Amino acid sequence: MELCSFLTLDSFIKDPLTHDFMRKALLMSSLVAAVCGFLSSYLTLKGWALMGDAVSHSVMPGVVVAYALGLPFSLGAFIFGVGSVALIGFIKQKSRVKEDTVIGLVFTGFFALGIVLVSKIKSNIDLHSILFGSPLGISLSDVKQTIFISLLVVILLSIFRKDLMLYCFDPRHAKTVGINVFFLHYLLLTCLSLAAVVGLQSVGIILVVAMLITPGATAYLLTDKFDNMTVISVLSAIISSLIGIYVSFWFDLETGGSIVLAQTFIFLFAFLFAPRYGIFKLKKLFVGYK
Amino acid sequence: METINYQNFRIEAENICVDYNGKVALYDANLRLKPGQICGLVGMNGAGKTTFFNALTGFVNISKGKIRINGESVRSAQKDQAIAYVPQNEGIDSQFPISVWDVVMMGRYGSMNIFRCPRESDVQAVKDAIKRVDLTDHISTPIGNLSGGQRKRTFLARAIAQRASILLLDEPFSGVDIRTEKLISELFIQFKNEGKTILLSTHDMIHVREFCDLVLLINKTVVAYGETSEVFTPENITTTFGGISPDSLFGPES
Repeated sequence: MELCSFLTLDSFIKDPLTHDFMRKALLMSSLVAAVCGFLSSYLTLKGWALMGDAVSHSVMPGVVVAYALGLPFSLGAFIFGVGSVALIGFIKQKSRVKEDTVIGLVFTGFFALGIVLVSKIKSNIDLHSILFGSPLGISLSDVKQTIFISLLVVILLSIFRKDLMLYCFDPRHAKTVGINVFFLHYLLLTCLSLAAVVGLQSVGIILVVAMLITPGATAYLLTDKFDNMTVISVLSAIISSLIGIYVSFWFDLETGGSIVLAQTFIFLFAFLFAPRYGIFKLKKLFVGYK
Repeated sequence: METINYQNFRIEAENICVDYNGKVALYDANLRLKPGQICGLVGMNGAGKTTFFNALTGFVNISKGKIRINGESVRSAQKDQAIAYVPQNEGIDSQFPISVWDVVMMGRYGSMNIFRCPRESDVQAVKDAIKRVDLTDHISTPIGNLSGGQRKRTFLARAIAQRASILLLDEPFSGVDIRTEKLISELFIQFKNEGKTILLSTHDMIHVREFCDLVLLINKTVVAYGETSEVFTPENITTTFGGISPDSLFGPES
């Protein structure tokens, strides 16, 4: 039956929209993707991919504890997200261990703590949905929380858009002209933790880092202008989410995985065919070699 | 335009120390510069040149000593846009997706409102600065497509647009073409006449002799400081570079 109905593109797109849970999933995932995509430009330019990985994994125990105490899970996630970064900074400063080692060490430690807590705390926490996301089963309170956090992050990033760009590009100059670099550093970290929190609903803790770096990396290959990079990053993130959810609906695939795979394919396409930085330089195919 | 009192000190650094987690990078360093002076900062790699710059811009905190910029604290100097820093080419990400215009506009950020919306005066300052470094043809070129010399001039334009009274330049002549070198040296003369104060680090002995009124030789602390003609001697240079003779460092002096 399913095969018949998606013979036409029209029904391929419209049929899932008849389900309430699909409409909600498409909307929420697009919102989350937009937020993560926005932030993604900054993280890729700042070289914070590993930091994104660390923060997103470290929120795990926070989510579990918050659930157990009946608090909004974003609060717990946020505390552990920022806490992990503070701990990374502290250990790096006070020991001779290299930074990437410290990052790997701290986030796996936090992540393991989260898994142990899940097994110990008697509650109805669904480990699977935390690890792999559950955009199709998002609850109403989660929807409200996601919208609130998303708007907050978008507003913060929009206000400090240029300052954050300067901070990523040349923090020393920022400091020299009297801009509060310390504030910008923690602003970016805060946004990272919050984005990880909303992102994990879509694709889960394990894959949320992809939402935070892949769209930015894709956009980076396609443009030399910062503003364009942000727009492309957001668009590619939203498109990936839509593709991922549709594909997972029709082919009965894991949704989070499908979204991230869609992002990866878009990145690969840019990697191969980007006009200036792609391997095959699409422009050359059209214009011909000079 | 404010009148410049050439007797007041632009930079006063007294016995400053900087350490990174207990590791001393610079100790008991002193420096006093007046308007219109150009001072060369000479030392080995790791001698504390960049640390000295970082202390003056407030990018690192000093653990001891005192810094006054135009008679005020470093913090107020930052707010007043008093100091501009021109980084080494290696110190910046040349693949960052921004154009010459964007970089030079960053020189104006400190005097804009929180959203960093350029006013008419900011746009004019950026245009003028780009013209002075002869990059008008490259105004919207991404910095990744510039030559080393053009990139250096872009950051110089940012410092000009900032209208700072003090310029700190990290290796301004390294990796630049002849044309850029000529343009930078012409700008130095102009800056001097405008009463700006310049502190530049360099490896090139000839440049020190050519531009610098004063020279500061450092190796974790000040080895020698004073008029170039008096202080920039083979003995002092040898001490600065840990016993290596200047001939083997720079080749025989002509």
